[in-house]
Amino acid sequence: MIKGKAHVFGDDVNTDVIIPARYLNTFDPDVLGQHAMEGIDPDFSSKVRKGDVIVAGSNFGCGSSREHAPIAIKACGISAVVASSFARIFYRNAINIGLPALICENAGGIEQGDEVEIDMDSGTLRDVTGDRTYGFRPLPDLLLEILEDGGLLEHTIRKMRD
Amino acid sequence: METRVFPKDGMTITEKLLAWSSRRERAEPGEIVESGLDLVLVNDVTGPMAIDRFRRIGVEQVFDPDRIALVQDHYAPNKDIKSAEQCKALRDFSREMGIENFWEIGRCGIEHVLLPESGLVQPGMTIIGADSHTCTYGAFGAFSTGVGSTEAAVSMASGRCWFRVPESQLHTVDGALPELVTSKDVILTIIGRMGVDGATYKAMEFTGEAVDRMTLDSRATMCNMAIEAGAKNGVVAPDERTLEYVSGRVDEPIVVENLQSDEDCSYESRFDYDADEMEPVVALPPLPSNVVPAREVEDVTIDQAFLGSCTNGKLEDLELAARVIDGEKVDPGVRMIVIPATWQIYGDALEGGYLETFLDAGACVSCPTCGPCLGGHMGVLAAGERCISSTNRNFVGRMGSPDSEVYLASPATVAASALTGRITDPRSIR
Repeated sequence: MIKGKAHVFGDDVNTDVIIPARYLNTFDPDVLGQHAMEGIDPDFSSKVRKGDVIVAGSNFGCGSSREHAPIAIKACGISAVVASSFARIFYRNAINIGLPALICENAGGIEQGDEVEIDMDSGTLRDVTGDRTYGFRPLPDLLLEILEDGGLLEHTIRKMRD
Repeated sequence: METRVFPKDGMTITEKLLAWSSRRERAEPGEIVESGLDLVLVNDVTGPMAIDRFRRIGVEQVFDPDRIALVQDHYAPNKDIKSAEQCKALRDFSREMGIENFWEIGRCGIEHVLLPESGLVQPGMTIIGADSHTCTYGAFGAFSTGVGSTEAAVSMASGRCWFRVPESQLHTVDGALPELVTSKDVILTIIGRMGVDGATYKAMEFTGEAVDRMTLDSRATMCNMAIEAGAKNGVVAPDERTLEYVSGRVDEPIVVENLQSDEDCSYESRFDYDADEMEPVVALPPLPSNVVPAREVEDVTIDQAFLGSCTNGKLEDLELAARVIDGEKVDPGVRMIVIPATWQIYGDALEGGYLETFLDAGACVSCPTCGPCLGGHMGVLAAGERCISSTNRNFVGRMGSPDSEVYLASPATVAASALTGRITDPRSIR
């Protein structure tokens, strides 16, 4: 169960605002985490506490293939991104680094700062503050397995060992 | 000589490419297939992370050193100490693994122009790259898409990658493009119609009389920007022009049979465009889909004009821009930056006299790099500055300060705007 505050964003949140390219000369998660979402909100990383989630509109993560984007989001403490749709490379990268990316078409009622709870097993997103429950598309088994292993790398290492 | 015979069974070209590389008879949209890869690309931004992940997997060797390409282009030549470490990581890995597809500064260039130029991209191939503009290679009849570093690392070890077979959209551009209207204007017009997520997860197949007449460089510009509509891949069926391009660069090109969409294949949707009606366009910040005719925004003044990138840093782009400049001077209030995409192009542009035209006009000609396109180096924007750019993205802060603005346009429009100091339809000054 993921529990935390919702940080709400709109449509077409792109990789240039998630982690501007001037920080791409490193892949240290701690450094990237400090600059997460800097292109939209320069103070974002200082506002996040472990367990918080991003709730966004359509086409989240559009733009570049930089895996630095989901890494920055995860490293600053965000535990899941919920969006009505994702750009495909970001989606794949998020799963591959162990950041749940959840497709929920109708979570528009969630407001900035609402307390939310995500239950991956039942595929539900509960807005505790707004007292509403939303369903999201459950992840396919392979992707759940990758997430449970902590990412594609860990998944691959485990598969090779087994 | 290798021959690849593709099935003829009511499939689109994208479905055929994925069916072939996953050793299946058919590939249906929505199916998950696991493909063998002809090429895995990483660059100096995504490569060091991929190499780190590769080492953690614990295998000794890459699946095939000849099918891996390591390109230093984003922050190369080394922008700072951290970038130097990133480029060195590629260099060291190339030596350790015996990877010959690593090019030293002076022989290098922007990956998506360099790899086709080097003969590494051929029709019938399945390619992944840890760079979103890897979709460019569809112009040469390949299935090609962008992935992240971890995915590239696992593929460098296994030579394989899984894909969800995309639904295909058919974009038909019939007619003939008017003078000074380019394939950049065509793809921007298409993205303007589709929106930045109008093709998410899908294949964009380009066809029609205007596409048939395009050079491979022009087709590459179109497929390059398929990602800006969210597409998984862009693709053009290979033809005589493709064969001519490849056979000039490869001793024994792969022979492909039936590599075009079957007449009875299924498209998810079809879109038709009339090339004769097209005109020079500009994508206003902050999205590549905010497309308007250039003539409608001629009151917008600019501080910088950038000609370069994987989208439009090719020889024909430089040739066109030089033709528009034609002995005139860059506006005193504008800095024009020209970056040929590869050293081969640099040399050809020198020989063709284009670089002299730029220098005489008062433009800055720099060495091949992605540099300014991503706000990396060699042309970063200050707060409040505006740039007209032949690149592919105009998101907030893309080329520098979050308070700067990027307007996307063709090489002709960039050159015309550099001369006047404001956004200019190139036809108006000719």
